[in-house]
Amino acid sequence: MHRDHEIHNRRKGRNFGLLAVLVVFILLIFGVTVVKIRSGGLSEAFDHVLRPSAMGVEDGE
Amino acid sequence: MTDASLHALDRAEIGPADEAGLGDYWQLLKPRLMSLSVFTALVGLIVAPGDLHPFLGATSILWIALGAGASGALNMWFDADIDRVMRRTRNRPIPAGRVAPSDALALGLFLSALSVVMLGLTANWVAAGWLAFTIFFYAVIYSMWLKRTTSWNTVIGGLAGAFPPMIGWAAATGGTPLEAWLLVGLIFMWTPPHFWALALFVKMDYHEARIPMLTVTHGRDATRRQAFLYALGLAAVSLATAVSSLGGPLTLAVALVLNGVFLYHAFAVWRRDDAASEADRHAAERAMFKWSLVYLFAHFSVFVAEAALGSYGGW
Repeated sequence: MHRDHEIHNRRKGRNFGLLAVLVVFILLIFGVTVVKIRSGGLSEAFDHVLRPSAMGVEDGE
Repeated sequence: MTDASLHALDRAEIGPADEAGLGDYWQLLKPRLMSLSVFTALVGLIVAPGDLHPFLGATSILWIALGAGASGALNMWFDADIDRVMRRTRNRPIPAGRVAPSDALALGLFLSALSVVMLGLTANWVAAGWLAFTIFFYAVIYSMWLKRTTSWNTVIGGLAGAFPPMIGWAAATGGTPLEAWLLVGLIFMWTPPHFWALALFVKMDYHEARIPMLTVTHGRDATRRQAFLYALGLAAVSLATAVSSLGGPLTLAVALVLNGVFLYHAFAVWRRDDAASEADRHAAERAMFKWSLVYLFAHFSVFVAEAALGSYGGW
């Protein structure tokens, strides 16, 4: 039967801790993105679309 | 590395980084200093007249804390040689051999970049710029240069610890007006008497580490006098905050009590010598140090209380 080497056991806690940190980081990025979009930040795409703020008054009419 | 090669490793061949647990990396971030940064940055963010979304505010505080932790890791990487000499710091992760110096450096640099970029994206680039400057100031100007060359290292190092409330303010508003600088001034003037009171009753072996602390270079009597003078300066900054738009009648009343008691303790410490201090096991110095902790917590809390009072508070 396969037995984990001692180093695997010692590293297990560290690896799970790192996993938790990464999951929290992803959730934070997701949360910040949702809040920014809902509050109107970055609501215009940068390229390949008409951007109202970049258009002159005549263009917008 | 495959499992087969890993199994062949002897314990002696495993480098220090392999022994490190998550707690060791956490210790590298100096969690106690981080908690002070979190508290003061949070106060700066709350009392600033901004309308940052609460989630973005909380996340910004996290990045500021991470930046403070990054500068702590860089400090531990650079100071490993003197940490090895002093009893108080001998068991830190690097001198104890649990974390490789190169790993601490990599962690510090990575978290510095991450915290600054994330704060810029979450709040704004003014706050991110000040966070970057603070990390640079603590890690390079203080740790690498002035800590080992001048006895005013406590004063200068305190400036790095004083920036977080201003970064919090900048995160909320995108600017750093006079009120934000008053918060910086408050911590800047508070740090030296707080630390010197501690240095007067805790035996620290800075001499062995060749760190030019004021108690060693100018003597303990001079340190007592400087602690009192800085307490006077602290009172002046404190009263300035109380009469600014940050304060109000409540802040002024609390500031008067806090400074009155602090000056009383600082005066008692100044007017006695080491013999008297030894006789009562440094009672006055301990009292001054303990009050300094109450002082900072209460002073920053009253700013929040004043802001919470809304139209009932302020001038």
